[in-house]
Amino acid sequence: MEHALSLFVRSIFVDNMIFAYFLGMCSYLAVSKNVKTSLGLGVAVTFVLLITLPVNYLLERYVLSAGALAWLGDSFATLDLSYLSFILFIAVIAAIVQLVEMIVEKFSPSLYASLGIFLPLIAVNCAIMGCALFMQQRVGLDATDPKALTSMWDVLAYALGSGLGWMLAIVGLAAIREKMEYSNVPAPLRGLGITFITVGLMAMAFLCFSGLKI
Amino acid sequence: MKNEKLLNTLLGPLSKNNPVAVQVLGICSALAVTVELKPALVMGLSVTVIVALANVVISLIRNTIPSSVRIIVQLVVVAALVTIVSEVLKAYVYDVSVQLSVYIGLIITNCILMGRLEAFAMGNKPWDSFLDGVGNGVGYALILIVVAFFRELLGSGTLLGYPVVPQCVYNAGYVNCGLMMMPAMALILVACVIWVHRSVDKDLQEK
Repeated sequence: MEHALSLFVRSIFVDNMIFAYFLGMCSYLAVSKNVKTSLGLGVAVTFVLLITLPVNYLLERYVLSAGALAWLGDSFATLDLSYLSFILFIAVIAAIVQLVEMIVEKFSPSLYASLGIFLPLIAVNCAIMGCALFMQQRVGLDATDPKALTSMWDVLAYALGSGLGWMLAIVGLAAIREKMEYSNVPAPLRGLGITFITVGLMAMAFLCFSGLKI
Repeated sequence: MKNEKLLNTLLGPLSKNNPVAVQVLGICSALAVTVELKPALVMGLSVTVIVALANVVISLIRNTIPSSVRIIVQLVVVAALVTIVSEVLKAYVYDVSVQLSVYIGLIITNCILMGRLEAFAMGNKPWDSFLDGVGNGVGYALILIVVAFFRELLGSGTLLGYPVVPQCVYNAGYVNCGLMMMPAMALILVACVIWVHRSVDKDLQEK
């Protein structure tokens, strides 16, 4: 449990999806114009991560990694299907996003209306795919490594932490950009340029968490 | 007339319509792989090959894809191409493929691909789509190379792994700027590229 807690805090502050790995940068830059929509997108990303990452973890554990198919019988024990992981992960993500969209539309029309166009677009958000690929790397790590994912709890903690870290980053940037409307930015830097510089400064601020340990 | 249009398709994305600096596509990997020049070159090349081929494949089957499932079809085509490229990299340049780690897999969700497939390949002939893919891939690679050049030069004093800053400069008190290796500086360098690009080309400035 302690390990899961440490993973959770690390994935928000130290291994932040945006500031350390630049994952999900496209929608991060495009949608961060006001706080309300960016909060909606942050919630949607966290939600989808919490569902897709455990499914992809089970796939990695029982289908994809070397020898994972041993439960089917001895003749399957030598198979290594890891070259299929890109296709399987993206198919799982696209299918689950579609499913989540339908379920949310049916049972909570108000949530569906507020997430709007973002929900289907999450399928091609690299934060989701990136998280799945990092999970694949981290499952193979030694159990004493602070980044290792050893159980389902760890995976859930990692998914929740990454999602919340992403949400923190996008809401923070949106708040800054709302205020920046009123400042006098040099013409060539307006829009995209100044946003990059802001994100760079935020990333520098997050560097101070890098030694964090629990 | 026809040739002029084709030339525009090929050369437009290099500057006027650059995928990273103007269309804001594919930022994630552009920032993450630019600590050194070599992985940036490999990444730029891989993306160019994948965009060009994916554009051709989608353009060939564009009339048979039902529009309700086109995203999934596009994703599967791209994922298959990325798997092939990733296996090739593992076989021939293993060290670079370890360095690029998850970012090769993330080409699947690279917005340049989905953007070009949706915006261009779904409505144009294979040859035009191929040129569009090459143009966009090279435009992307160009930004990667500029950013990686400065990060490697200032951050570790080398280019492609060879030391270029002479020892006497170090003896005189020069030190490598460790901050350049940090993620934050990639963002600021891209901002500088955009700044220069937009000061030269005033049409691109936002109000």
